[in-house]
Amino acid sequence: MPDKNFSSRQAFWLGFRDALPFLLIVVPFGLLFGVVGKEAGLSLLQVMAFSGLVVAGASQFTAVALLTDHAPLLIVVLTAVAVNLRMAMYSAALVPHFGRAPLGLRAVLAYFLIDQTFAMGVNKFAADPGMSLGQKMAYFSGAFWFMMPLWIIATYAGSVFGAAIPPEYALDFAVPICFIALSAPAMRSFPYFVAGVVSIAGTLALAFIPFKLGLMIAAVLAMIAGAQTESWMKRRAQ
Amino acid sequence: MITASQLSVWFVILALAVATYLIRFSFLGLLDAEKMPRWLERHLKFVGVAVMPGIAAPAVFWPDATGGDPDPARLLAALAALLVGIWRRSVLASVAAGLVTLYAGLFLLG
Repeated sequence: MPDKNFSSRQAFWLGFRDALPFLLIVVPFGLLFGVVGKEAGLSLLQVMAFSGLVVAGASQFTAVALLTDHAPLLIVVLTAVAVNLRMAMYSAALVPHFGRAPLGLRAVLAYFLIDQTFAMGVNKFAADPGMSLGQKMAYFSGAFWFMMPLWIIATYAGSVFGAAIPPEYALDFAVPICFIALSAPAMRSFPYFVAGVVSIAGTLALAFIPFKLGLMIAAVLAMIAGAQTESWMKRRAQ
Repeated sequence: MITASQLSVWFVILALAVATYLIRFSFLGLLDAEKMPRWLERHLKFVGVAVMPGIAAPAVFWPDATGGDPDPARLLAALAALLVGIWRRSVLASVAAGLVTLYAGLFLLG
């Protein structure tokens, strides 16, 4: 950003604008959730409550699938919650950026914390280290307020108008593409690339561990690999 | 079809919503930014690339839509999204490359 004195309002709209590509992801994913929820027999209000209160697509699909399979309620909740454990890591990684905000604001920012706002935020804050707390919060909020209405409208449209979407449309694949697109730009830097490779290899190798906890173990290994690579490169450069 | 009672479904929705919110709030709410050790901060920088490629990987190599068999169109689409994302440093370019490759691949390779 050339101008260090840009206002919070400008930062908000910058985040809003930078989130535009996720139109291609959030809309199909929301439609799909609406359709799946309706097909499973959820009421419109229940489908909307999932998207509006949980705001975490993958765990919503998990909960609906387990409810459809007649799993015990506690298993449904615990399994779906496990899918969201990654967000604890996001939460910790945002402390250096938002930790100095008042508690009330941090409580609001926590509601805005989704995969996309997290990745966009930390990428932006790393590229623009001079951003103030206010600018960072505004950018993060702008990204959220682009995606949230789309997510809600798409869920509604899927639930009300949607019939089963044929698998040939491959809507399932919008999600992996989203996660690749969120992480690839940072992987241009070698330590981040190493972390990404360890994350992929580790998750595949640990896929046998239940509740997708292999992902969390792989993530810790990937962070260590990235930090070690970075300090090794620093030592070599000296 | 879900046969659980209305009350049970609402219990699942609200429990998942509250638990997910508390996970999001966890460290942001409790950890003091001033007291965060440097070594932890050096590791947490990598959270995004440590988690997100791992979420994508099983869906890329073992997609549910094909019953878990690797699918050339999906593999190529993932590779295109990754390479274009690294090369252009752009989320939009990466998403576009992934989706175009996916649908071209599904159309051409069946």
